[in-house]
Amino acid sequence: MKREIICTNCPMGCPLTVEYEDGKILSITGNTCKNGITFGTNEVLCPKRTITSIVKVTNRDMMLSVKSASELPKERIFEFMDIINKTSVTAPVKTGDVIVADIGGTGIDIVATKSIR
Amino acid sequence: MQTKDLVIIGGGPAGMSAAISAYNEGIKDILIIEREESLGGILKQCIHNGFGLHKFGEQLTGPEYAERYSDEVEKLGIPYITETMVVDVSEDRVVTAVNKKDGYFQIKAGAIVLAMGCRERSRGALNIPGHRPAGIYTAGTAQKFVNIMGYMPGKSVVILGSGDIGLIMARRMTLEGAKVKAVCELMPYSGGLTRNIVQCLEDFDIPLMLSHTITDIHGKDRVEGVTVCKVDENRKPIEETAQYIECDTILLSCGLIPENELSKSAGVVLDRVTSGAVVDETRQTSIPGIFACGNVLHVHDLVDFVSDEAEIAGKGAAEFIKGNTKIGETVEILPTDGVRYTVPQKVTRGEGASLYFRVADVYKNVTVALYKGEELLAKKKRPKVAPGEMERFEIKPEYLENTDKLTIKLERN
Repeated sequence: MKREIICTNCPMGCPLTVEYEDGKILSITGNTCKNGITFGTNEVLCPKRTITSIVKVTNRDMMLSVKSASELPKERIFEFMDIINKTSVTAPVKTGDVIVADIGGTGIDIVATKSIR
Repeated sequence: MQTKDLVIIGGGPAGMSAAISAYNEGIKDILIIEREESLGGILKQCIHNGFGLHKFGEQLTGPEYAERYSDEVEKLGIPYITETMVVDVSEDRVVTAVNKKDGYFQIKAGAIVLAMGCRERSRGALNIPGHRPAGIYTAGTAQKFVNIMGYMPGKSVVILGSGDIGLIMARRMTLEGAKVKAVCELMPYSGGLTRNIVQCLEDFDIPLMLSHTITDIHGKDRVEGVTVCKVDENRKPIEETAQYIECDTILLSCGLIPENELSKSAGVVLDRVTSGAVVDETRQTSIPGIFACGNVLHVHDLVDFVSDEAEIAGKGAAEFIKGNTKIGETVEILPTDGVRYTVPQKVTRGEGASLYFRVADVYKNVTVALYKGEELLAKKKRPKVAPGEMERFEIKPEYLENTDKLTIKLERN
């Protein structure tokens, strides 16, 4: 199988061609540095993204912004969004507070990105 | 009239960073004046991550980046007032402001830092024909609705313009359940960062229609759809390519304009290309004691550079207040051949400066070259440059000897 992706490791944006089969990388071309190989491998075999969103604050007239403490598997983003959307918090909250622990059994927490007194 | 050593107009990333920088230079009598309810500026609604890589070596969200600075402002005890609108700045540094509590008041400032940020180009400024139904927002307004207030502006969306905020909102609206049908970009390339094209559009299979624009908006009470046309090389719509896209919402992400009404009232000379002030290496404007930094000076793509620039302006203002400002001849930096503008636009002889600049188009394998007349002073190879990504070039003090202007340009390799 073959996939064409753009490396977003730096502003160069090299167009990579990644050939792979059965979860193994056969070749990566188009990169101009070695970071392209790492990027291409991760992006094709297990693409991950940081998720950011908001949750309701029950006792304040505002929303709380949140993020995943590290990257989550890309293909499950909407599943994670459903969980986040059903969550609400009560102020006070501090930046870094865990809002959803171990989201979807990934071992990764959703944490607050702002403080509300 | 009350007096302050330093008045900073705007409590966003630029204003906060300038305040902290001036404070650390020994200026304690500071007042930051903020229009909104709290410090943080536009970062408050930029809940996505990607901020702070240069400044803190980690990926922060907008609110986290803002909080690092607002916490520092609180810790140092730098005074600020919120929900206060500055309505006038005069050439002799009198700041006039209004708020609900104090009404109308004036402050005589030893120095002023302009840090008002920018605003989005609106539909009126874009001249899109059609009705005026509900459902047309600038991308930043939609971002405020979704991220701060928790309202969704619509269910099916067409975005005009591929600036970063438009791309970010394409992903944000999709994550919250809306269908983003297309992002139309008038130019043959996107104005946004590549990372955003990949992670905001390609991740969700949102089509990016380059060289396309909206030529008609349909719907009377609410947007019902748009007519989209391909444009030719002169950016004129090609009628035969018209297609109808059904949608209930249009988001506009068509560029940002520095918000310089106050600078104009003070008589600050503006740069025609940046729409911001003309400044020297300390970010001092044409009016002594008035400094500018952040998006009011020129639109940045990374907040990290805003913070850096604001530190320079804050330090410049502190030196001015202490009476240490070097008054010397300045050397003009002239952008040509693919370089659209530089900030600063002039550098005081004897000083060095980091020159920030933007290019006019996407170029591969170019050399950035700095000339004094015919003499090549310095050059830097770049594998790729694009209008969406700000470039940097170091000016050394010795370049400025025996001349009143330098030229910076792009040369093909």
